[in-house]
Amino acid sequence: MKPAPFAYKKVRSLDEAIALLGENPDARLLAGGQSLMATLNMRLSAPGLLIDINGLSGLDGIAHQNGSIEIGALARHVQAERSATIAKHAPLIARAMPFIGHPAIRNRGTLGGSIAFADPAAELPACLLALDGEVDAHGPKGKRTIKAGDYFKGLYETALGPQEILTAIRLPAADANTRIGFSELARRHGDYAIVGLAASARADGKGLKDVRLAYFGVANTPLRAGKSEAALARGDVDGAVAALDLDPHDDIQATGAVKKHLAGVLLRRVAAQLMEQRL
Amino acid sequence: MKITADTPPVLSVLDRPNSYIGRAVPRPNLQRLTQGRGQYISDVTLPRMTHVAYLRSPHAHARIVSIATDAAKKAPGVVAVVTGAELAKTMTPWIGVLTHLKGIKSAPQAPIAIERACWQGEAVCAVVARTRAQAEDACELIDIAYEELPAVTDPETALDAGTPVIHDSLGDNLCFERKLDVGDVGKAFADADAVVEATFVTGRHTGVCTEGRAIVADWNASEQRMTVYHATQAPHMMQNLFAKHLDLSESQVRVMTKDVGGSFGIKVHTYADEMATVALSKMLKRPVKFVADRIESFVTDIHARDHRIKGKIGVTKDGVITAFEIDDLTGIGPYSVYPRTSGIEANQVVNLTGGPYNCPNYRAQTRVVFQNKNVMCQYRAVGHPVAVAVTEGLVELAAAKIGMDPLEIRRRNLFPDDGYPAQTASGLKLEQLSHHEALAHLDTMINYAGLRAEQKALRDKGIYRGIGFASFIEVTNPSAAFYGVGGAKITSQDGATVKLDAQGAITIHSGVTEQGQGAEAVLAQCVASSFGVSMDRVRVVTGDTDNTPYGGGTWASRAAGIGGEAAWQAGKALRGNVLAVAGAMLQAKPEDLDIRNGIVVDKVTGAERLGLDELARVAYFRPDTLPPGFQAELMVTRHYVPRAWPFAFTNGIQASYLEVDTDTGFVKLLRHWCVEDCGTIINPQLVNEQIRGGVVQGIGAALFEQCLYDERGQMLNGNMADYLVPMAVEMPDIDCGHVVSPTADSELGAKGAGEAGTAGAPACIMNAINDALRPLNAQPLTDMPFTPGKILAALGKI
Repeated sequence: MKPAPFAYKKVRSLDEAIALLGENPDARLLAGGQSLMATLNMRLSAPGLLIDINGLSGLDGIAHQNGSIEIGALARHVQAERSATIAKHAPLIARAMPFIGHPAIRNRGTLGGSIAFADPAAELPACLLALDGEVDAHGPKGKRTIKAGDYFKGLYETALGPQEILTAIRLPAADANTRIGFSELARRHGDYAIVGLAASARADGKGLKDVRLAYFGVANTPLRAGKSEAALARGDVDGAVAALDLDPHDDIQATGAVKKHLAGVLLRRVAAQLMEQRL
Repeated sequence: MKITADTPPVLSVLDRPNSYIGRAVPRPNLQRLTQGRGQYISDVTLPRMTHVAYLRSPHAHARIVSIATDAAKKAPGVVAVVTGAELAKTMTPWIGVLTHLKGIKSAPQAPIAIERACWQGEAVCAVVARTRAQAEDACELIDIAYEELPAVTDPETALDAGTPVIHDSLGDNLCFERKLDVGDVGKAFADADAVVEATFVTGRHTGVCTEGRAIVADWNASEQRMTVYHATQAPHMMQNLFAKHLDLSESQVRVMTKDVGGSFGIKVHTYADEMATVALSKMLKRPVKFVADRIESFVTDIHARDHRIKGKIGVTKDGVITAFEIDDLTGIGPYSVYPRTSGIEANQVVNLTGGPYNCPNYRAQTRVVFQNKNVMCQYRAVGHPVAVAVTEGLVELAAAKIGMDPLEIRRRNLFPDDGYPAQTASGLKLEQLSHHEALAHLDTMINYAGLRAEQKALRDKGIYRGIGFASFIEVTNPSAAFYGVGGAKITSQDGATVKLDAQGAITIHSGVTEQGQGAEAVLAQCVASSFGVSMDRVRVVTGDTDNTPYGGGTWASRAAGIGGEAAWQAGKALRGNVLAVAGAMLQAKPEDLDIRNGIVVDKVTGAERLGLDELARVAYFRPDTLPPGFQAELMVTRHYVPRAWPFAFTNGIQASYLEVDTDTGFVKLLRHWCVEDCGTIINPQLVNEQIRGGVVQGIGAALFEQCLYDERGQMLNGNMADYLVPMAVEMPDIDCGHVVSPTADSELGAKGAGEAGTAGAPACIMNAINDALRPLNAQPLTDMPFTPGKILAALGKI
């Protein structure tokens, strides 16, 4: 279990990293390394160059400004887990955080890395989608912003270009009418979920509106359940479960049929969270 | 016989002053290991040492058409690229059979595959290089042309006429079969008021050691001697095998174990890649290191427990069990593992099924078939979890069928505590067990009545909790009956050498080995107690064939019961010798003296007479002052082997309390209990941790662990992300209780405790799940591991 040989460069600026990505088509960015190092050691990937961006300054902040929460790409999970700002203004992220791996993983892993890697069974990509967040990407042509709905393209595939680096995640800050829900089922605590559900909504009198349900572990990307969202907004939980049109594949821990059943169970649990909350 | 507290009082037979028997004393290697100063095989670095990486077959069954190694040979750092055919000139193949398993057969196995690879993961070529990374880089440059052959991957059809035969020379895919028919089974079933049948499946799984397999072999051509640093449980067995297959004498081979990071039976077998590593050292005349990484461990460390058992039980309406019947089928790898064979597990299933119960009618059949999957062999509690799952699963299904409480049906059938010696229907000889006392202790310990009341109250609220039990017997302290009689050079005896140094401290050399389980603590306790010094005056040396008495090592829960007795006797003998010196020096009768806390004292009054440092000074430096003709003998060796009984059987009973989420099929373990009887308890903390660790491995079997293969023989989950072992969060509190029935075969009276937890936990959890779901009319779950999908299916939810 030794990685194939690779070159290593610790960069001092974003521009340097972007330039190196341009010069080395088989380069990979190294942030927290919690997914990358394992694939290297198992020789599942063999990049020619590792561009270490851990030395870049100013990319690990967590800030509340202009009604948004902005999280720098290099912020570690543990920072978010302990952040009062996240707890108050991004409660869905706070709720999801304990489910991400184990403390050792959260000490190193970065939020930007998780979103950039876009594992379809990971918590944060689904949270980003459920919150209708966006990401900042820096490339040779400067910075652009990508909405969550346009970001996830396929299995480990995102809207990021080959020379683009994800630099920040932006989420709408929660207010008194924000409702969130999160639940996942994993064989063991800290494992990738068999199926999980991140949700947000806005209180509308005694009901809900703007319901966003983002499943993970059921498809190649985090997946909205549009018909169920509409049913839930009507207060129809049974209808929301019946309207679930997921078609998950079998994987090593569960068949598609099990995942589909569990998705319905999670929907009921998350619906209860959305409806019971009083912030 | 008496029930002890978790920290039992010192027992009268062994009640010497300053006795450590029965005390939870810390292990002597604790500081070294916790300060990171242990020395594992990975830490061994020798001058001119090379590293080997093995290129492994990606196919379950394939003919090797050609191997092109030129590019690899030119790669940076590469010392040699060696194929199976080339290595065959240095090492002979082996066949994993034992003569007492009648009819068992297997094919010759080479250290590296020649012409044909028979499982995904079998080594097909070796690259030796200056670093492991360079060796792995060069492996990628080897070009092998394979012709894929049909793979045998389903045990159910392995013997069918249409199924390809893996080894033509064997004629079929049958490795071993055994049939047993005792009493009058047909009549017993006819006489039963209820007959219950069920098919049980125990998932193929493996023992995931913290430290992977590792070996450094160092052939010294100048003295024609092979030194092997090896993470093994059985150094003398390996000495014999290395010598035999390299055509050397045993005196030309030295095996040292260093620290070992867990073994669980995984490190007591002949592994082709380890044998190849030793052969490569001889071929290249320089040290070669091999450390199995986690990925290759999953496809080469032995697997175990892949059984399908059709079981049947007859019971009267009064709860008397009239008969057991089983039809066991197990699919092993393409070879029977050398030298212990892949037949022992199935043989144990036949031996142990029905073991706790006084039922004379028993019919059994087992068939062991070859498959193109990783090899299978003995893993902790060999055969026990399978036999206990079938037995206890049937007993609780039968109890449910006749409406009897699961503890009550056991009370009516367990061998009576006052009826020993006894013999099971399968012929196992039982010296003294304590099933009923253990059951009574468990009943109290778990507050059974209270637990049932809580279960009932919660069911009314839609919460489904279950209580399950498993009684079991456990094979420990094996005599020569296990392997020796079958022709394997695996000794059942063990020895201890103790000596007094020139400052009055003790060193013990023992043939049993430390795997991280605390064997060295037990040895130190035994010798310190019988000799009469504090434990900090005892140094323990194990795991070196040049320096320890010939011994079997650690397996089948033998280290404490056999190695401990040898240590106890050696300490006692040295005390006698030391008191002879003291008698000469003090002009006293040796029998009037004793050694207590490192000082020679007057036996009756306890008055201090002579320090051991002074005695040693005189004996070693002023022997001229001792009486003429007197010779001090301050080093003695004693051996011990169980003779009166083939095995020292132990017994126990476990209980599991759990909750099933009937929406998701998830199981939450709430609490687990085990009451066991391992005879004299030398160190209660180590015994309890053996039980707990074993229970956790049993939890893995029941809920999580399974080596999944597809129909082409590809292992699908060979990594720690997909092969699930229970972690801290998945472990409930595990409470241990003890009954003490010492074996009369040794003075110490200790039996083993290493298998008990693993033996009973899977059955116990299975029974608890079925107990939880019984009110919902779920199909009984008998197919381990019990995944959420299987539970949802039993509930009719998917």
